[in-house]
Amino acid sequence: MLHTVNKSPFEKTTFESCLNHARPGDAVLLIEDGIYAAMKGTAMADRIAGMNGELSLYALGPDLAARGVDEGALLEGISVVDYGGFVDLVAEHDVTQTWL
Amino acid sequence: MSADAQVPESDDRKKFLYVNRRAPYGTIYALESLEVVLIGAAFDQDVSIAFFDDGVYQILKNQDTSGIGMKNFSPTYRALGDYEVTKLYVEKESLDERGLSPDDLMEITYEDEDDDWEEKPSIRVVERAKLSEIMAEQDVILSF
Repeated sequence: MLHTVNKSPFEKTTFESCLNHARPGDAVLLIEDGIYAAMKGTAMADRIAGMNGELSLYALGPDLAARGVDEGALLEGISVVDYGGFVDLVAEHDVTQTWL
Repeated sequence: MSADAQVPESDDRKKFLYVNRRAPYGTIYALESLEVVLIGAAFDQDVSIAFFDDGVYQILKNQDTSGIGMKNFSPTYRALGDYEVTKLYVEKESLDERGLSPDDLMEITYEDEDDDWEEKPSIRVVERAKLSEIMAEQDVILSF
């Protein structure tokens, strides 16, 4: 399953709830304000490290650039995709859950 | 009219604080706040802006919105000094929680008319307790 998250993890519990419900092997794509969860050194970083690579994590490049977040500021293991990559992820997974 | 009925002009000035707690682009709050600050600047009041919680993301460097089809309004923060909005308070704890440092923020300055127009930084990073004090000193707080 592919999950997309578009809310900041510091303002809403959306990302936390997604992690709590996602299953090993699932993919999570962070978009819009969701991309802040992908940054190094945040209060969320340990939570993501605790997933031990059970999930594939992605962040949408144009949303990173818009917000001034350099790819070098992201946690290890986050893959950056463009809009084409977003479409590929949707196509690769049978179901997409949009966390709002 | 008696002399004591004349109110000095300075007494008309109120302390206004604009509170920014939202990230840019995901919602319209950040842009709306900036618009209201610029409109309010026409009224010659004592204006401060606070950035805390996700509001600190509004003033990150190197924003480039060309890929998302939205206007990049971040350069406008650098124009605030020209509107005599020169006090931008940023909460240190909010930066820390987000893995950010003051170096990640845009350089925003103003020219100090009381000091031979010397260029000075508008951003003042303050701790949470200090920000509480600043909020308590205000006449009007507008929250976004």
